[in-house]
Amino acid sequence: MEQRDFTVASFNKFLGEKRLMGSKCKKCGSLHLPPRPLCPHCHEAVMEWTELSGKGKLVAYTAISVAPTVMVNQGLGKNNPYCSGVVELAEGPKICARVLGVDTRNPERIEVGTPVKLEVLERAEGQEKVFTLAFKA
Amino acid sequence: MAKTGKLGRGVALVGAGVSKFGSFKDKTSRDLYVEAFLDMKASVDKGFDPRDIQTIYVGCFSGDLFESQGHLAPIVTDWVGLVPRPATRVEDACASGGVALRQGVLAIASGLYDVALVSGVEKMTNLPTERVTDTLAAASDVLYEASAGFTFPGLYAAIATAHMAKYGTKVEHFMQVGIKNHNNGALNPKGQFNRSIKDIMLARQKKCQDQGQPVPDYKSEMDFLKDAAANPVVAWPMRLFDCSPITDGAACALLVAEDIARSFTDRPLYIIGSGQASDYALHGRPDITCIKASQIASKEAYQMAGVTPKDIQLAEVHDCFTIAEIVATEDLGFFAPGVGPKAVAEGVTARDGAKPINTSGGLKSKGHPVGASGVAQAVEIFKQLRGEAGPRQVPNKNLRLGLTHNVGATGGTSVIHVYERR
Repeated sequence: MEQRDFTVASFNKFLGEKRLMGSKCKKCGSLHLPPRPLCPHCHEAVMEWTELSGKGKLVAYTAISVAPTVMVNQGLGKNNPYCSGVVELAEGPKICARVLGVDTRNPERIEVGTPVKLEVLERAEGQEKVFTLAFKA
Repeated sequence: MAKTGKLGRGVALVGAGVSKFGSFKDKTSRDLYVEAFLDMKASVDKGFDPRDIQTIYVGCFSGDLFESQGHLAPIVTDWVGLVPRPATRVEDACASGGVALRQGVLAIASGLYDVALVSGVEKMTNLPTERVTDTLAAASDVLYEASAGFTFPGLYAAIATAHMAKYGTKVEHFMQVGIKNHNNGALNPKGQFNRSIKDIMLARQKKCQDQGQPVPDYKSEMDFLKDAAANPVVAWPMRLFDCSPITDGAACALLVAEDIARSFTDRPLYIIGSGQASDYALHGRPDITCIKASQIASKEAYQMAGVTPKDIQLAEVHDCFTIAEIVATEDLGFFAPGVGPKAVAEGVTARDGAKPINTSGGLKSKGHPVGASGVAQAVEIFKQLRGEAGPRQVPNKNLRLGLTHNVGATGGTSVIHVYERR
């Protein structure tokens, strides 16, 4: 695999390739999502990239109506709530992500434990393409 | 690893005051700070010469973004006439004030200083709500939490849905926290909201009547809180009345070495326990229904103080959102995990309950000028333990032990103090 630094820039670049990548410590074997350069368990910096299946379940969520500027600019928020959540991957680690395919107007019907799978969101910000981690119920 | 878990010497709290909390168009951080300083000064029974203050800690989350003013510590120090004393700004998001307090405790316990001013200030209302939301979101993990669309109410709402799923907690429990804290805050003249939710409900009905509009038929405060027009969703299940407001305010407290406390007052309080811990971003935690940093920090504070959660007679906890108070009362060991909702429903945490929580009105009703909140909590404990809380004084006449619990972000920082009246 191409050598990429264990940074958010690399993480997002992989997302652009529709891949959810974490880092795995070559010394103690622990898996980190999001990826990081230094292992918090053994304090060594000997990571390798590892791809996650993208399958998981929803462990916490919310439907947001009062949104930050970046979401308001995408037409989300007050009259169009969106779901953000914490997803636990089949491999164990958890990550925060947008959650798609749920009824954000009836959020009490969204269930913790719902199976979800990776779906990367793409939007243009000026000349740049921006990729956002999301999962679909 | 060497760890004694003890303070090098005793630390006393001899004065504490706040500015009025609210929305003040024509006041800046330094004006609010002066107001809190004067309130603190007036609370020192035997008076003191401000020039005796040797060091200043100022909790401030983001003067930089809220007011385009960084480096606030020397400015407020100048405004209260204390240049050239060392002035240090402390930033740990909404725990900035509590950590500033802890820095003062450590500075005195170390023996370096005898008199420390610990304080906090935030001027938040200059910006429109969207920009305030953006600014507060900067206290989250911007790369991996905010990037998912999470706002602060959103992150606590996620904790709420996890708590609901694990323990069967209902939205009504969150509403009960809000009703309780507004009942307390209605009795706090320094608070932002001086009205109970019932009063706010009646005012809404009257307004509709006066304007010739249909009057909503609320049978109770709960009906009012379930009305989406009166109490809109911010981040489900957190609605407007589940969220602390945007607030301008400041708080100051005077800490001195135990051996000189009696020259300031015959009724000092003693800070006998202090604990602080950090935690991962929300997704890095094994359990999202609790805040482990609060569990660790409180254990440290209890051990230092030689007390147990049962011994604590009242507490000011970090209710930035109603779910946060429920989780706090569990993390502090007041109630078992999952029992916090039942405690609020049964009135255990009410002002006349067995374990009064947030008698000041909490962040919810008193207001939450983020950098000041941790110090303002100490101000309430100062007043309650000395029997000076006026109409909101708890009925227990034998108050001896109080606690403050101040959280930064969703628990990335938690800082706890235990106070004793001897």
